[in-house]
Amino acid sequence: MRFFEYESRAIVAKAGIPMTKHGLAKTADEARRIAEQIAGPVVIKSQVLSGGRMKAGGVKFADTPDEAARHAEHILDLEIGGHMPRGVLVDSRAPVQHEYYAGVVWDGLRKRPVMLFSDMGGIDIEEVAEQHPDHVARRHFSTLRPFSDWQAKQLIASLGVSGSALNRLTPIVARLARLFLAYDMTLAEINPLGELEDGSFVALDAHMDMENEARPRQKALLHELGVGDEETRQAREPTPFELAGEQVDSQDHRGVAGNVTEFDGNLGLVIGAGGGSLTLFDAVRAHGGDPANYCEIGGNPSVRKACGLAKLVLQKPGVDKIAVMMSIVSNTRVDIVARGVIKACVELGYDPAEKIAIFRIPGAWEDEGFQILDRYGVEYADRSVSLHEAARRAVEKIQGPPAPAAV
Amino acid sequence: MTNALFIAVEVDDPVATNPGMAAKLEEVCPVDIFRATLAGVEIVPENLDECVLCELCINAVPVGAVRVIKLYSGQTLPA
Repeated sequence: MRFFEYESRAIVAKAGIPMTKHGLAKTADEARRIAEQIAGPVVIKSQVLSGGRMKAGGVKFADTPDEAARHAEHILDLEIGGHMPRGVLVDSRAPVQHEYYAGVVWDGLRKRPVMLFSDMGGIDIEEVAEQHPDHVARRHFSTLRPFSDWQAKQLIASLGVSGSALNRLTPIVARLARLFLAYDMTLAEINPLGELEDGSFVALDAHMDMENEARPRQKALLHELGVGDEETRQAREPTPFELAGEQVDSQDHRGVAGNVTEFDGNLGLVIGAGGGSLTLFDAVRAHGGDPANYCEIGGNPSVRKACGLAKLVLQKPGVDKIAVMMSIVSNTRVDIVARGVIKACVELGYDPAEKIAIFRIPGAWEDEGFQILDRYGVEYADRSVSLHEAARRAVEKIQGPPAPAAV
Repeated sequence: MTNALFIAVEVDDPVATNPGMAAKLEEVCPVDIFRATLAGVEIVPENLDECVLCELCINAVPVGAVRVIKLYSGQTLPA
């Protein structure tokens, strides 16, 4: 889940990292009062969970409290990326000498966090990594062993930072790494991390993303920040298709058949099992397929739910066929899912043999399921066929065989 | 194939019209295929295809009085 900048700043401050003076304002008058307290030039920043604030006019500079109030009034009414702001952050404009970047992000491939540090802050780290790779230092660390300051020091020193700057930056990066671990973050970023004229360092902006599944564990932090259980903080509002998926899944308590995410391809996916959805989605993409959706099915859903999910996917505009696949042998009954997806096809007036590109669910009651699939002429595969091969067959059913390689 | 019905259930009259048996069938079925009424048992058609072939209904009544038919294979339970 994503945090607003003002919440991210609160987390950073809680970790003991120095911040510029700032405050959250929900009205222009509040913005004026905060600017008066800061008693100097300020920057007014829209508090939306959306990027591109500067380009959209959601960040303005002010030299006086009145100017701050005027900007705040404008920004508070400004929609950015489909979101209205929660408020505006009134932040003091610090006399920055140099901008750095410090971040920690979860590396899904290495299955451990990686610290990133750059002496080119204030711009997207992706851009720096691409155009100036020698200005980005990386270092993985363990989630099990206690984090040690020397790991942060090595990271920073690897870019040639030394002396007082190194000594002052080290605890900041180390605290960032520790807060990443303590609060189950997937991203903890300070950008820019400003070096002031007096040689001290302050966080000028912060961005935090927490693992959604950690919400129950991080209740105390969320309570402290005033984040209620009802706030899902998704990257975007769910589409009608996705809301319909939730309804399908809530029909009864049996299993899972929902959690759909909408894409615009032509191959509908009814997929799942122990992380299988992600693997199968990737397998379809790897074979050049164009998924119409992501979804999760498993835990032995009822026929009604399997049918409802398949119907939802089949009725999505642009869907040509569906692929029904699960990655591993599980307790989900093959015959029950087969009944559901076939019922969906028939009730919508489709021939299951035409509409179901492939059915590959290795699991309980396979023989019973295969009898049903045979009866309706649906192509199926058992566990001897890999999920990648099943994905390839599904893609080929829609796109035809791949063109022969040029000689 | 123009229909998607997978399961049929037959109940012999002496069981179907017996309120005690009806209550028993309603109780044992995990997917609510049977509904007990004062007149006996009713089949709930919209739940038929939810049948998980557990045979609890078959075991709850005298032998052979309830039959579950798999329409996709023609096989009848109890075998």
